[in-house]
Amino acid sequence: MTGAEVIVIGAGVTGLSAAWWLARSGVDVLVIDKGIVGWEASGRNGGGASHYHSPLFHEEQRLWPQMNALLGYETEYRRERVIFATTEHHLQNYRRMAEICRGMGYRVDDLDPQQVRGFVPLAGDNVTGGIHLRFGGQANPQRTVQAYAWALQDLGGRISQHCPALAIREEGGKAAGVETPRGFLACDHLVVAAGPQIEALLAPIGIKAPMAPARAEMIVTEPAPLMPVGAADGNGLYGRQTLRGNLAFGGGPHEWLDDVGLAGPKRRPSTPVLQSLARRVAELFPKAAAIRVIRSWAGVIETTPDGRPILDRVWDNLTVASMSGVGFGLSPASGHAVRDLVLDGQCSFADLSKLKLARFADTPADWRERVGWVPTTHAEAAEVSWQAG
Amino acid sequence: MTGFDRIAQAGKHREPEARYDLLVVGGGPAGAAAALTAAEGGASVLLVDENPVDPGLMGLDVPLWFGARYTAEVQTPERLTAQVFAANPLLEAAMEAGVEIQLGVSCWGAWVPGWGLASLPGAIAGLADAEHAWTVGFDRIVIATGARDVALAFPGWNQPGVMGARGFLSLVETYNAFAGRRIVVLGSGALARRVVQAAQAHGLEVVAAVEIADRPLDEFGVRVLTNAVPLEARGGLDGVTGLEVSVGAESVNLACDTVVMAVSLTPTVELFDVLGAELAMQPSLGGHAPVSPDAIATSLPEVFVAGDSAGVPGGVPLTVDEAEASGRRAGRAVLASLGRGTHTPQPRIVAAGDALALQAAWLRALNAASPAETIVCQCEEVTREALLAVRPPAYLGPPSPAQAKRDITSLLADGPANQDQIKRLTRACMGACQARRCREQVALNLAFASNEPPERTPLAGYRAPVRPLPLKVIAAWDETTEMGRFWDVWMGVAGQWTPYDDIGTEREARSAGIFANEE
Repeated sequence: MTGAEVIVIGAGVTGLSAAWWLARSGVDVLVIDKGIVGWEASGRNGGGASHYHSPLFHEEQRLWPQMNALLGYETEYRRERVIFATTEHHLQNYRRMAEICRGMGYRVDDLDPQQVRGFVPLAGDNVTGGIHLRFGGQANPQRTVQAYAWALQDLGGRISQHCPALAIREEGGKAAGVETPRGFLACDHLVVAAGPQIEALLAPIGIKAPMAPARAEMIVTEPAPLMPVGAADGNGLYGRQTLRGNLAFGGGPHEWLDDVGLAGPKRRPSTPVLQSLARRVAELFPKAAAIRVIRSWAGVIETTPDGRPILDRVWDNLTVASMSGVGFGLSPASGHAVRDLVLDGQCSFADLSKLKLARFADTPADWRERVGWVPTTHAEAAEVSWQAG
Repeated sequence: MTGFDRIAQAGKHREPEARYDLLVVGGGPAGAAAALTAAEGGASVLLVDENPVDPGLMGLDVPLWFGARYTAEVQTPERLTAQVFAANPLLEAAMEAGVEIQLGVSCWGAWVPGWGLASLPGAIAGLADAEHAWTVGFDRIVIATGARDVALAFPGWNQPGVMGARGFLSLVETYNAFAGRRIVVLGSGALARRVVQAAQAHGLEVVAAVEIADRPLDEFGVRVLTNAVPLEARGGLDGVTGLEVSVGAESVNLACDTVVMAVSLTPTVELFDVLGAELAMQPSLGGHAPVSPDAIATSLPEVFVAGDSAGVPGGVPLTVDEAEASGRRAGRAVLASLGRGTHTPQPRIVAAGDALALQAAWLRALNAASPAETIVCQCEEVTREALLAVRPPAYLGPPSPAQAKRDITSLLADGPANQDQIKRLTRACMGACQARRCREQVALNLAFASNEPPERTPLAGYRAPVRPLPLKVIAAWDETTEMGRFWDVWMGVAGQWTPYDDIGTEREARSAGIFANEE
């Protein structure tokens, strides 16, 4: 196995999109991964694509409607999203979100309960109202990661699965390449998009990238009758009705994990939290209350101290890409941004200056303990004050 | 610890409704014997058994391949409880010894604290009846969930009247609610013999047994068609009316109302996988089985196994006596691990017969005799052809030109076959039966396509709930106050959703709390 002009560590959705964008520009690119494509959080998320908070938002909205055509493979992308509430409190929050999106030039309609039930027939009499995003939407994460991988290969890019990065070799302040079980792989530019493994990969070469791994959970039901808008959520849930009809939803408490090191998470267990997810799905869709839950799963994601991405060309030939656990929907745009950073030194469509690693220069070594982003037992939780701010 | 994250899981799980020294899952001979032995040794024991099963689940072939050949009696499970209880005399003895027994209660998940699961309130199991779900705590768990059928597809298998040996034995012996009269048995080994004996004991007509090999694998008093391969199960509104079989160069039609596939069982290992107990493909034991030196202990100190779920030698279930002996050993091992008495582990008896090879031989024969459009995954209607083409489901329309050039070969070029990956692309194994009818044959087909030994295909993972349960049943209507009060749609990280342009400006506070919890 040989190196490449650009090596990307991590065949998650961020790394695959970056590699695909680079290949579109004619770059010889190789993606390596400890497992198979999209195996971690990239293939286990809610599939949403309406991240109004992100600097990549406009590019996300521009690209998604074109992705099937650009990739040449089906992503199951469907435009539009309905967010609806069963309490006044949630409705107020959704209306504020609508205002922010309108302020950026996107159409959002306010919905009364009857209108909500029109788009979401599984909703019930408990609806207080909702909003209808005429943008955003949802895609199938599992199909999309494979679409990126295949599209990359169709452009001549290479993917090496079951090939973990063991160490980044630094020579003269530059990234010379990657040590792997299949030997040293040299490159001209290295992109580190290894999710929760980024911190452990960068630490030995003196780059501090603070992040905490956590486990988040989802459930899925057997198919329910298809609704006019599948991207329908609310009640503290994110998710969608798949095009097959399954209700797939996540949300609720995460669990902080020990450092995952280079090997990645030992396990991805889901827990009885699935019962609280089921409750909220039943509350959101009372007419689906008799539909059966058939599976749950968990994904391990990394979160930076401020919860925001790292998109930064840290060295002249080393670029770091972490979406801080919110990477799937933004992936068409994050890949474009990484391509721009690698080839042009700056992003052509968005200001990324607030996403640099340097913002964590003063983050103390024990930051995770200070904020409690560490594994915590049931007994320890019983000792703390839940009132504390 | 200086900080505490109120949005995270710690402190939010309910305390279990009760705690026991031992939870036994499964009330067959092995589970009942384990419970009885542990109770006699002074342990507090809860035994749960999902029989009688919710009739809606039986229609999905959960937990066993019932093939819809049950009488209307299963529609009133409460009336079947006495029948289920009577089917295993050890249950009464266990109850008299102080075991708490709950029938009609399934175990849909079990967890022990460990890596990634710091926040659990001890070792707990999720239980459910037809109305609601709850958790109980345990110090030890014995999983005696038995074995289920390896289903292998042939034309017409996806209709009422085609069922598995284990499902048949359950309907005949445990429920006394089998609706067929005339059966054809696929296979001629010890499993087929069990089926024939049960059928004859209950006055059913056994038309014939069908065997792909050139001679019967076992002896029993019915006609065995050798060198024979099922071609198609013919049927009408009520399902099967006959089975067409090729015998040498000829084709024979066997009139029957039920076809019982009795090729091989595989251990029921869902809960081990959810718990994180180590599983390994063990071809002589019927498939993936818990890693265990003595067929009792597992890789987790809290978790034990008894009976057929430890592995089915040659794909054939243990006899009642063997299963009870296994259960008693498990009960003693549990007691010893709790500091009550001693237990000397005995090495597992190495099984004769390669059950996996038998499964593979049958599927090769069935595949060779059936068109590629044969359905492999009934729930999602995935054909063998679609599986090997890695074709997206039909509701996505015709494949794109690039997609049409992709198939299993292009995936295999990237790495070994991974059933979970194929599943995501084709939807095979993603249906409501939770892959009980297709998991093994999809794995075998992938092995065939990649020219790899079948034991190489990794296990497609199991997840809670290992029984499909309605949202309103499994829902935590009694969740903790903290669960609801600090529920957040995502991580609850301050500022994560702040619009980018607002960061570092006076507008930064404006969006705080949009996705925030109830406070």
